[in-house]
Amino acid sequence: MSHEAAHAEAHGGGDHRPSLYDWKRWVYSTNHKDIGTMYLVFAILAGLVGGAMSGLIRWELAEPGIGVLTGLPWVADVEAAKHYYNTLVTYHGLIMIFFVVMPAMIGGFGNWFVPLMIGAPDMAFPRMNNISFWLLPASFTLATISMLVPGANGLLGFGGGWTLYPPLSTAGHDGPSMDLLILSIHIAGASSILGAINFITTIFNMRAPGMTLHRMPLFVWSILVTVWLLVLALPVLAGALTMLLTDRNFGTQFFNPAGGGDPVMYQHLFWFFGHPEVYILILPGFGMVSQIVSTFSKKPVFGYLGMAYAMVSIGFIGFIVWAHHMYTVGMGLDLEAYFIAATMVIAVPTGIKIFSWIATMWGGSIDFKVPMLWAMGFIFLFTVGGVTGVVLANSGVDTAMHDTYYVVAHFHYVLSLGAVFTIFGGFFYWIPKMSGYRYNGFLAGLQFWLMFVGVNIVFFPQHFLGLQGMPRRTIDYPDAFAYWNQISSIGYVITIIGVLLFLVILAEMFLVRRKAGANPWGEGANTLEWTLSSPPPFHQFSELPVIKPDTHH
Amino acid sequence: MKRRALFAGLAGAAFAGPAWAANGAPTPGGIDFQAPATAVMRDIVDFHNFLLPIIVVVSAFVLLLLLWVIVRYNRRANPNPRKFTHNIFVEVVWTIVPVLILVVIAWRSFPLLYEEERIPSEAEYTLKVTGNAWNWTYEYPDLGVQITSVMLPEEDAIAAGRPRLLATTEPLFVPVDATVRVLVTSNDVIHAFAVPAFGIKEDAIQGRVNETWFRVESSMIGGQEYFYGQCSELCGKDHAFMPIEIRVVSREQFNQWVGAQGGWIPSEPAPATAAPVAPAATPTR
Repeated sequence: MSHEAAHAEAHGGGDHRPSLYDWKRWVYSTNHKDIGTMYLVFAILAGLVGGAMSGLIRWELAEPGIGVLTGLPWVADVEAAKHYYNTLVTYHGLIMIFFVVMPAMIGGFGNWFVPLMIGAPDMAFPRMNNISFWLLPASFTLATISMLVPGANGLLGFGGGWTLYPPLSTAGHDGPSMDLLILSIHIAGASSILGAINFITTIFNMRAPGMTLHRMPLFVWSILVTVWLLVLALPVLAGALTMLLTDRNFGTQFFNPAGGGDPVMYQHLFWFFGHPEVYILILPGFGMVSQIVSTFSKKPVFGYLGMAYAMVSIGFIGFIVWAHHMYTVGMGLDLEAYFIAATMVIAVPTGIKIFSWIATMWGGSIDFKVPMLWAMGFIFLFTVGGVTGVVLANSGVDTAMHDTYYVVAHFHYVLSLGAVFTIFGGFFYWIPKMSGYRYNGFLAGLQFWLMFVGVNIVFFPQHFLGLQGMPRRTIDYPDAFAYWNQISSIGYVITIIGVLLFLVILAEMFLVRRKAGANPWGEGANTLEWTLSSPPPFHQFSELPVIKPDTHH
Repeated sequence: MKRRALFAGLAGAAFAGPAWAANGAPTPGGIDFQAPATAVMRDIVDFHNFLLPIIVVVSAFVLLLLLWVIVRYNRRANPNPRKFTHNIFVEVVWTIVPVLILVVIAWRSFPLLYEEERIPSEAEYTLKVTGNAWNWTYEYPDLGVQITSVMLPEEDAIAAGRPRLLATTEPLFVPVDATVRVLVTSNDVIHAFAVPAFGIKEDAIQGRVNETWFRVESSMIGGQEYFYGQCSELCGKDHAFMPIEIRVVSREQFNQWVGAQGGWIPSEPAPATAAPVAPAATPTR
């Protein structure tokens, strides 16, 4: 191996990587770049599935009445359609979170670029990296099977929402579907914990000489904070899921009030995981936006330390605000007051990040390449999602908005328009490095504008629906909600054209094969991955780079 | 169920008359809260009207900065990037100013929370709401009244010119200008009892009794009688089909209704404290 690596280094990209068509290269892979590629491909495929589900949801909601789902060949009648709608909502959420955003950001970009950016030859535990990835298809398979077996009263799939609240997830779903879903999420969780351990070890132990923690690129900082959140939050989810499993199958009564249990206890456990989880979904995006903004402004990141520690504090505060998801469960008054205060505090480090990105651009010489479009779109839309979060933090007004479309709009602004925008930004930033090819900039710019317009039309009207009182997760709605629902569904059509265009861009890029060169972005791209060839050699940094003090800030 | 053209339902609304064209139900194409029927909801609307300009200004400020950066610092306008990375002054400002804004928000927020969550001691009626999959049972335990309210089938609602998915077989009667304590629980999975115009939303959870309250003000409803809400916690297949329909009536009509339901009229054997004191009292803040 070492001979091959040295050989690869010597020839800068002309290394002897195994054939693309050798199945062992992928199934047995211990190479961080190959594993990162598999994560990205997996996330794109899962994203198409999750996106198709949201398409069915928006299609059904385009007009009042139940009509679209009943027309599907695998939906027997109206009763089945009602349940099927709930399963769509459930699996859309779970797939987007566990099989799209997390694999893309942490598994995909994290695997690819953390070792490259800190000057490491690979991840600390390459074999564990392999199992982290391959647990995911197993988990996804279980989730898929879960959708196809009886859930409630013989109707297929679990339709209780991604939060899996008991008693709906225990007594309310008697079929094996929920058990398979629990196993699926357990495995996805195990995959993430293994990955997180790998990243922590890699970042703490394998930085190149001179790469101190305070010289690491902000993307590496964001991954470091994220994986700590994973390690601390996922075991709590695993505990809650295990209790659900034993409540369902072995007669325990953790969440059954008849046996002295408490359904609200589940919600506390779930959201103790769930709130850090939403930061897990967005923090790597923060890191990518920092890299992109700095690169295309040709300026170092403004307030580097403030940016890094803002992420650390967001991660910390993320663990002490969970019950703002549960304002209506009837918790104590003073407890609610605490969660209001704690939740609003998060706005401060988030504001620091937003303004620091703008300050990074300030005085810069900005090149509006495609990744920069996504990053700037993200900054504005994340702000919009953030300020509605401040509104929702106030329990008093949340009473009117809880479990309405206002909440749906809020979390899609921060996740769908936030996290997913950063994923596209990161993808277009790094794909020339990963593939070695340039994409068609015109098509990619068009895709950005289609999706920017589309998702805003999808989600902005949902604020109105929520204020008017439209509850979440309903297959049909009173006729007064028809107008904005139709607008929202029109937005989906625009968005889906953008998604299809993305596939066209990918295909075009691999067919035309314009060489990217080592650094297509110029002087602003000064992190270590741009010092390597595109694509990087199969094994890099056999001779470790030495980082000088002024490289990063 | 057949598809209908968009807005066909709105034509139906014309027949429904004021019961659903005015407040108490969502407005077609509406972009704001439903009109409040209680002081609590009025204060929620006021608080939101206080928050909305703040969040619009913050978002607009960020947008303006971005537009300025786009115009002023693009590659052509500014070919030579500057290299500064720190400015203590602006960093302190953008930390302190958000903190101050949040403090102001919290200062307005906490009184509202306490207003909503503290049940007035002079509550005159107690209403027990039980969520079932998929309908609501309402009970006035002190009056001996219990009804179960199921969604009116769509065809019947349309035929009767009443709002689809909101009308029920049997609306809950509530006296106007009376403070009602609401106890919320569930027989099975979690539901949530929500009436937007009243500003209440409380989870119905098996094994626990949650508490909230409302007082419909005659001065705020302008003769409006029907108020609608929907279950607001995913509760299974027919989650979308367990509406809450409330009919707000005068005390006389309420007493008649109680009698018709086989309950006892509160005025005759009433506890000494109830009738004279409560109507004049306002909720504690």
